[in-house]
Amino acid sequence: MNPLKTLTARVVALPNENVDTDQITPARFLKVTDKAGMDNYLFADWRYDAAGNARPDFVLNQPRAQGAQILLAGDNFGCGSSREHAVWALTAFGFRAVISTSFADIFRNNALKNGLLTIVVDKASHRDLFDLVAEIPDAQLTIDVAAQTLTLPDGRAVNFPLDPFARTCFLEGVDELGYLLARRDAISQYERNTQHGTREA
Amino acid sequence: MTPRTLFDRIWSRHVVVQEPQSPAVLYVDLHLVHEVTSPQAFQDLCARGLKVRRPDKTFATIDHIVPTDRRGFPIADAQAAEQVRQIETNCRACGVQLFGLDDPRRGIVHVIGPELGLTQPGMTIVCGDSHTATHGAFGALAFGVGTSQVEHVLATQCLLQYKPKTMQVRVDGTLPRGVTAKDLVLALIAQIGIGGGTGSVIEYAGAAIRALSMEARLTICNMTIEAGARAGMIAPDDTTFEYLAGREFAPKGAAWDAALAHWKTLPTDDGATFDETVSLDASALEPMITFGTNPGMGMPIAGRIPDPATISDASQKHALTKALAYMNLQPGQALLGHPIDVAFIGSCTNGRLSDLRAAAAVLKSRHVSPRTRVLVVPGSQQVKRQAEQEGLHEIFRAAGAEWREPGCSLCIAMNGDSLEPGQYCISTSNRNFEGRQGKGGRTFLGSPLTAAASALAGAVADAREFSIADF
Repeated sequence: MNPLKTLTARVVALPNENVDTDQITPARFLKVTDKAGMDNYLFADWRYDAAGNARPDFVLNQPRAQGAQILLAGDNFGCGSSREHAVWALTAFGFRAVISTSFADIFRNNALKNGLLTIVVDKASHRDLFDLVAEIPDAQLTIDVAAQTLTLPDGRAVNFPLDPFARTCFLEGVDELGYLLARRDAISQYERNTQHGTREA
Repeated sequence: MTPRTLFDRIWSRHVVVQEPQSPAVLYVDLHLVHEVTSPQAFQDLCARGLKVRRPDKTFATIDHIVPTDRRGFPIADAQAAEQVRQIETNCRACGVQLFGLDDPRRGIVHVIGPELGLTQPGMTIVCGDSHTATHGAFGALAFGVGTSQVEHVLATQCLLQYKPKTMQVRVDGTLPRGVTAKDLVLALIAQIGIGGGTGSVIEYAGAAIRALSMEARLTICNMTIEAGARAGMIAPDDTTFEYLAGREFAPKGAAWDAALAHWKTLPTDDGATFDETVSLDASALEPMITFGTNPGMGMPIAGRIPDPATISDASQKHALTKALAYMNLQPGQALLGHPIDVAFIGSCTNGRLSDLRAAAAVLKSRHVSPRTRVLVVPGSQQVKRQAEQEGLHEIFRAAGAEWREPGCSLCIAMNGDSLEPGQYCISTSNRNFEGRQGKGGRTFLGSPLTAAASALAGAVADAREFSIADF
């Protein structure tokens, strides 16, 4: 994955709670066999009307979304289905980070594999961020992964948690599969020790 | 010795490497694969020049995009046909056993794992599908992963995972007549919320859980993901062992005896502690139905829809308001009597034989409402054969319901089975998200009994009001 060290970018706000992955990428778009063009499916049923026209009132169709790389989302973002297509659609659209008070476990796991940073903030900061975007629609935020800070335009910094492994993955662009493959000997040893060498194990 | 949980035993047995400040390298005993979330994983695997490390621990099937009408073959949808072609090619090239379109063992991945005896106590099981939690009913640690981790497991038989927290859900008492496992788990999700289990593995315990059949336990664990939990588990017992004995992939002979001895050591010790404990009284439960756009928005079937004005939390108020607008429902409204356009009986939640028996018991010698289309979709070819041996298909057809081919069908609406915009569906599936059953479609989740009773009435109905023979 591509490293992410610091990012200063525009933020768009989607104040819906419990955004499930069926909304992020509706199931009818899961029939693809590659990852191309996933940005077209992002929030498709909220972005487009029945005739396929862009709904002007949906935030991703507004000029402010052009070039935005940070999504400010409601509580419990990414719940439901395990479809990684949801993360592919967000990154294909250009997002590098999503901010919420909480993320569903599988979504957060999938995000990490694709270099999409999931930033958890407390409720008060979450509210402040929504207020900020309401007040300054083209507000930019700065993310510093090493420092684990999110800095608002007024200079106020909000700390966010990030486990040390994920932090290293973002800073160095570590590929998890590479990490696992480097431990093949240990895996073979484990299989020998636990008699996992046969189907009957 | 310190008392240990079922989860802790399975977890610690499967840690290959645990480096400081890193997730564990966790070994996977059984990897289930389906056509929708695997193509990109196989492509990336090939692009890296890697092979499937353990094809003998990897099993695949086709369930999401498969038509449930025989007239749907050969598959006309070019994208769906291509997914079938790719999983066939990938499995052949990698030596992975595929229960393909013509295989009598094909079915929804979470239905066939148990019925073939692939799912066993003490195992770690993953699949690129959130409802992998289902398999935890056998006392396995089973959870859904994304396509990247499908690739990781194909390549290394391992994945990186932080140790989750544990939650015990104790359900004591006895489920009243007409109240099912589906109602129990919908009541739990309504209580703890759809994020209530985030970061945790839930172990279900208590007299009401012990009394459940294996299939009912599968329903409970299946819906665990709808509470946001990583996995749901139930300690293996005689119900588990009796279910497994003799199944195709279950151990046989001396291997069975050895496995059984091991499985009996797995249950949580008395005195083991959990990070959190939640209690429910089964005796107090009613049939449940959802009214909103996530599985936590549920209530007893005779209840009234809550009023957003009475909710103090701003985000919950907003969520409920938005859900009621999508569902075109009013605060304070009762759902009993609300017209139903479609009834769906099936899915990895409620598409097993006992579910079909329950629905058939309600529909027997009766006829569904002319305003309601009723789809009965068995969870697998085996479920379909068993149901037909019992004559359930004749009951469904005589009642005016459609008896269809196995697959995920209207639970995810990828295969051509879909709601029309604005339609209301009473569904035995697991998700009532906006558009889940088709763009603009509206879902009420309930049990097979509730779905069948509502099909008869053409409106949301309480199955307890119908005279039903034992099933």
